[in-house]
Amino acid sequence: MSTRQATPRFSEREERLLASLTAGGAGTYALIGGLLAVFLWGLVAYATQLRHGLGVTGLRDHVLWGVYIANFVFFIGVSHVGALMSAILRLTGAEWRRPITRMAEAITFASLLMGGLMPLVDMGRPDRLLNLVRYGRLQSPILWDLLSITTYLTGSTLFLYVPMIPDLALLRDRYAAGPAWRRRLYTLLSLGWQDTPAQRHRLELIMRVMAVIIIPIAVSVHTVVSWIFGMTLRAGWNSTIFGPYFVSGALFSGAAAVITAMAAFRWAYRLEDYITEAHFRRMGYLLIALGLAYGYFTFAEYLTPAYKMATAERGYLTAVFSGPFARLFWFTQLTGILLPLLLLTLPRIAWVPRLHRVPLLRPRPALAAAATYAVASVVLSAASPSLTMAGLNLNQWIPPWVLPTLAVWLFLAFLPVFHARPITAAVVASLLVNVGAWLKRYLIVVPTLLNPFLPIQRAPAGWAVYQPTWVEWSITAGALAGFLLIYIGFSKLFPIVPIWETREAPESREAAVQEGIVGVAAV
Amino acid sequence: MAAAAAVGVPASRTHRPREGFAAEVPRPAPPAGPAGPSRRWVMVVDLAKCDGCRECTRACTAMHRVPPGQEWIRVYEMRDESTGLAYWLPRPCMQCDNAPCVKVCPVSATWKREDGIVMQDTSRCIGCRYCIAACPYQARGFNWVEPAATPERIGEPYDPEWNRVHFRGTTEKCIFCPALIKEGKLPACVAACPMGALYFGDREEDAVTNSQGETVRFSKLVVEQAGYRLLEELGTEPRVYYLPPRQRVYPAPPPEEAEPAGGAGRAAVPTVPRKRIDTAGGVRR
Repeated sequence: MSTRQATPRFSEREERLLASLTAGGAGTYALIGGLLAVFLWGLVAYATQLRHGLGVTGLRDHVLWGVYIANFVFFIGVSHVGALMSAILRLTGAEWRRPITRMAEAITFASLLMGGLMPLVDMGRPDRLLNLVRYGRLQSPILWDLLSITTYLTGSTLFLYVPMIPDLALLRDRYAAGPAWRRRLYTLLSLGWQDTPAQRHRLELIMRVMAVIIIPIAVSVHTVVSWIFGMTLRAGWNSTIFGPYFVSGALFSGAAAVITAMAAFRWAYRLEDYITEAHFRRMGYLLIALGLAYGYFTFAEYLTPAYKMATAERGYLTAVFSGPFARLFWFTQLTGILLPLLLLTLPRIAWVPRLHRVPLLRPRPALAAAATYAVASVVLSAASPSLTMAGLNLNQWIPPWVLPTLAVWLFLAFLPVFHARPITAAVVASLLVNVGAWLKRYLIVVPTLLNPFLPIQRAPAGWAVYQPTWVEWSITAGALAGFLLIYIGFSKLFPIVPIWETREAPESREAAVQEGIVGVAAV
Repeated sequence: MAAAAAVGVPASRTHRPREGFAAEVPRPAPPAGPAGPSRRWVMVVDLAKCDGCRECTRACTAMHRVPPGQEWIRVYEMRDESTGLAYWLPRPCMQCDNAPCVKVCPVSATWKREDGIVMQDTSRCIGCRYCIAACPYQARGFNWVEPAATPERIGEPYDPEWNRVHFRGTTEKCIFCPALIKEGKLPACVAACPMGALYFGDREEDAVTNSQGETVRFSKLVVEQAGYRLLEELGTEPRVYYLPPRQRVYPAPPPEEAEPAGGAGRAAVPTVPRKRIDTAGGVRR
C-alpha cells in the first residue's frame, strides 16, 4: 500500500528508549553471562536428576513436594500481574498504566514459562509426559492446571504481542537499513501494519475484547493452582478459601515484581521521562490495596482453623505458629506483609522528616546499636557452651524485648530516609514482598506434608524431614536466572515501554499524568 | 510357615506384559445370587490379636519385592489418647470406595475396580505424586531411586496384578494381591499373619478368613466387636475394618533391633525367622 507514512521521527525520550535495544556495555554482558552461567548450572543439576532420579532431591515419601512446587506456585503467582495491569487497568481507563503495561506483561510471559516448567521438573517420569494427553483425566486438578496455564500462556502472549504490533512497525521502518535479522524479525512480526485508521480501530477492538477475556482466565489459573492443594483432605490444604487466597497473594507478589522491574529498567535504560515517581506512587497504592486483601485472606485462612484447633489441624497449626516453622511463618507475616505496607504508607506522613531532629533517631546510632546486637549475639552464642557449663547462661543476658525494640528503632531511624526517597522505599517493600511470597509458598507446601493424619513412623533415616539438596537449589536458581534472561532478552528485542501508546497521549495529558491528575481515557 | 508357602508365586503363571490391561482381566464368575456383581473384597484387622511382629510386612515385601523405603502394609505403634492403651495397627491400602488418590490421578494410573480394589498401573504413572499427597493413610510410596527389581534386571514382564517388578519415578501401593485372590489364595500379608489377626474375604459372601483357617461372618464380626474404619470422618469409605484392641493380655514381642523400613542393603526377602506365638493358649477372649 502506498499509504505508508514517512519514517516517523522519534522524540528525545523515544530515542533513548530505542537505544536500550542495542546499547549494552560491559555490565550488560557481565549480567547476561552470569545469568547464563547460573541457568546452565541449573541444567546440569536437572541432568543429574534425570540420570539418577528424584532421589537426588531432599524429597521423600512424606515431604513429597518441596521447593519445585513452591517455585511453581510462586512463578505462576507472579505471572498474574500481566492480566492485572493490561486488562483491569485498561478496562478501567487508568491512563498512567501506559508506560508500564508491557513490562508487566513481559513478566507474565517469562514467569509463566518458568513456572510451567516446574511441574515437569518435579515429575518422576518426564518421559511419560504425553500420558497426560493420551490418558488425561479431566477430573484431575493437574489437567485443570495444564489447560488453564496453557490457555493463559497463549492469551497473555497475544496480549503482549498484539499491542506491540504498531511498535514493531516503527522498528521495522527504523531498522530498514539496520542489522538484517532485526529487520526480518520486525517485518515478520509487524504483520504489515500500516497504521491506517481501520487497523487502529481493529487493534483497539481486539484489545478491549481480549482484556475482558483474559481476566477470568488469569483468575482461573491461580485458582486451580491452589486447588491442587485444596482438593486434598490434608490439614492446611483442605480449605475452601484457597482459590481467592492464592489469587490475592498472586496479585500482591506480581504487583511487587512490577515495581522492582520498573525501578530496574528506569535505572538501567534511563527511562526517567517515562517512568516517574507518580508511577511508583500509584503502583504503591495498588500494592497497599492488594496487600490488605492478601493480609485479610491470610488472617481468615489461619484464624478459622486456629480457633477450633480440631484434631486433624492441631499438629500442623502448632508447627507453623510456634513449632519448627514458626520463625519462617512470622517472618513472612511481619516482613512479607506488614513491613512492606508500613514502608509504603508511613514515610509519606508530613512530619516524618522531623524525626531526624532527635539525635538517637538518626540512622547511625540505630545502625550502631544493631551492629552491637549482632556482634554480641554471635559472640555469646559462640561462647555460651563453655559459659553455660560455668553456670552462666549469657544468652539470657539479652532480654527478648531487645530484638523487637531494635527493629522498631531501625525502622524509625530510616523513615526519614525513605521519606526523601519514595522510590527506594517502594523497591525495598517490593523485594520484601517477593521474598516473603516465596517463603510463604514453601510454608504452604512443606509443613502440611510433615503433619499427616497418621503419625510418621518407620521412616528410614532422613525421610521424616525435608532438607532441599544442591540439585533443588540449583534448579531453583536456574529458573530464576532463566526468568531474568527471558525478561532481559525481551527488553533487548522489543522496546520495554510501548512507544505508540505513550505517544498517543498528548503532551499536556502526559504532564497531567505525571502530576498524578490523570486525564480522560484516550479511547 | 505353611501360610508363607502359599504366598510363593506359582511357576506356571503366564502373564503377558501389560497392554490394555483392563480388558484382559477375566471377570469373576457371575454371581449365583439374584443380582449384583459377585465380589466385594474386604479386610478385617483384629487389633486385639496383632502383636506387632510385622510378619505381614515381610511377607508382602517378599511377595511383591517391595523396594526399600516402602512398606505396603505398615505396622504402626499407636497409643490411645484417653486411656493410654498401646496397640499395633497394621495399615494396608484401605482400598477406599471414595478414593482420594483415584480422583486426583491425571492419567488413570490408579483406578477402582468393580471388586473394590484400587489398582495401580506403574507402567502408566507419570510420577507427579499427587496420589501420595491426596492419600490420608500414607498408604502410597514412591520409587525415588532405581529399584532393584526392574523388568529389565529381573527379566520378568510387568503385571499390575502381581506388581513384582518396579519402575523408577513411579508410585506404588498395596493392591490386596489380586493375582493370589484369583488363584483362590489369601493375600500375602493375611496368609502370613501368625496371630490370625488379619481376615480377608468377600463382603457379598459375608465371610472373611484368616491365616488360621477361621472363616467368620463379616457382618457379625464387625457388628459384635464394634468394628470401625480408620479416619472414618474423612468420608473415604475404606474397605478395611478394624476391631478395637480390647483385652490384649499377651506381651508384645521385644522391640526390633534397629530395622529401618528400608535400610540401604536390606534384602527384599526377610531373613529373620520369628517365633510363632501359640494362639491356642487361649490368649484372646
